Amino acid sequence: MIELQIILIFMIIGALIAVRTKDLLSAVIAVGTVGLGLSLAFLILKAPDLAIAQLVVEILCVIILIRATIRKDLPFSTSGRWLFNTFITFIFLAVFIGFGYFCMRDLPQFGSPIMKIAQHFVSQGLKETGATNLVSSVVLDYRAYDTLGEATILFTAVIGVLAVMRRVGRKK
Amino acid sequence: MKEQEKGMTIIVKTITRLTVGLILLFGIYIVAHGHVSPGGGFAGGVIVALSFIHIMLAFGKEEAFRKINQNVASFFESLGAILFITLAILGIGSGYFFVNFMSKGKPFELFSSGFMPLANLAIAFKVGSGLFIIVIILVMFKISKEGDNR
Amino acid sequence: MSVYLLCLVLFCIGLYCILRKRNLIKIIIGIAIIGYAVNLFFVLVGYRMNGRAPIHSPDQTILDMVDPLPQALVLTTIVIGLAVTALITAIAMRVYEKYGTFDITKIRRLKG
Repeated sequence: MIELQIILIFMIIGALIAVRTKDLLSAVIAVGTVGLGLSLAFLILKAPDLAIAQLVVEILCVIILIRATIRKDLPFSTSGRWLFNTFITFIFLAVFIGFGYFCMRDLPQFGSPIMKIAQHFVSQGLKETGATNLVSSVVLDYRAYDTLGEATILFTAVIGVLAVMRRVGRKK
Repeated sequence: MKEQEKGMTIIVKTITRLTVGLILLFGIYIVAHGHVSPGGGFAGGVIVALSFIHIMLAFGKEEAFRKINQNVASFFESLGAILFITLAILGIGSGYFFVNFMSKGKPFELFSSGFMPLANLAIAFKVGSGLFIIVIILVMFKISKEGDNR
Repeated sequence: MSVYLLCLVLFCIGLYCILRKRNLIKIIIGIAIIGYAVNLFFVLVGYRMNGRAPIHSPDQTILDMVDPLPQALVLTTIVIGLAVTALITAIAMRVYEKYGTFDITKIRRLKG
């Protein structure tokens, strides 16, 4: 799977540019390219539903972030104990990756999943629900309760944005 | 944000007039064929919201408000939630919560597989109008001391 | 195995951005990068070599498909990530209006 690793390296380079650059608008555009690379990776991993959803959600996320950085703040210099803090952070991240490597040896090998429950979905999905898109049948028929929770989260997000942006009419 | 209130240049406005209807139609197609081909309610709802946001970005927010009012967007969001809950509760009559009670027709047809097309439609209403409302609120926020008119 | 390690490196880049940056918008970018890495990891676990997309075709009856269950979970997670990003961007715009800066070390010291 050499093309998957090439796209992952492209995403890592884009994320590094987004983290290290000083201009805020360039950082937001770099995050946009990371999302675009992720959509291509979903297409290579044979998940067309996710590729469509990730592409359009990425466009909307970049629109919202550009709206927030129009009034941008000037870059400022780093101050006091910078070397010590960076050193501690790198040590922590190295320990984290080390533990992660030991945990990932217990996962099944890449390319042969243990499909215990999904075997039932794949073989009986068309007969029981009548839908040819198996991902839709899982989202809307076998696990429709999770979709109800997701609709609730979206509603709460709309109410939250409205409550934060409202001018409270409290006269002093 | 003076630039957004007057809209963008004439090239952007012409291209927007030509393509925004096609984007809306494509979004409705992805929602309606959610159980046959890849897509579904989430991606289709976001595409429908993006078509209205496209009008707002190119022409300014007053023009977008003439197409979709604030009350219309709020009505559609509540309609999507109520439709989804109604489909769930109607299943109690023939089994348990959320059972698929409509008939499952032949595969590969548009009216098959129970209530899945209706559930896709409800999800698309909710996601589309919710995201449109969020972007409208973020754009209308002014930094001066005057009040927000919502 | 090396694909899992690259995904973990992407997660750690986002984590470094949250820990060490002082600008609020950079912290929001770090949260978005962590979201991408976790979604990618879910889909990587459920991939089968030389599998097919989990959609039936009218002329094939072969049944070696990739796992559809992680894809269904990630589909709602993508939209939830967008809602969370929109909410914290709204809070960041309010903070900028009240304090005049995006720097998180100065937010404590100024009184509104």
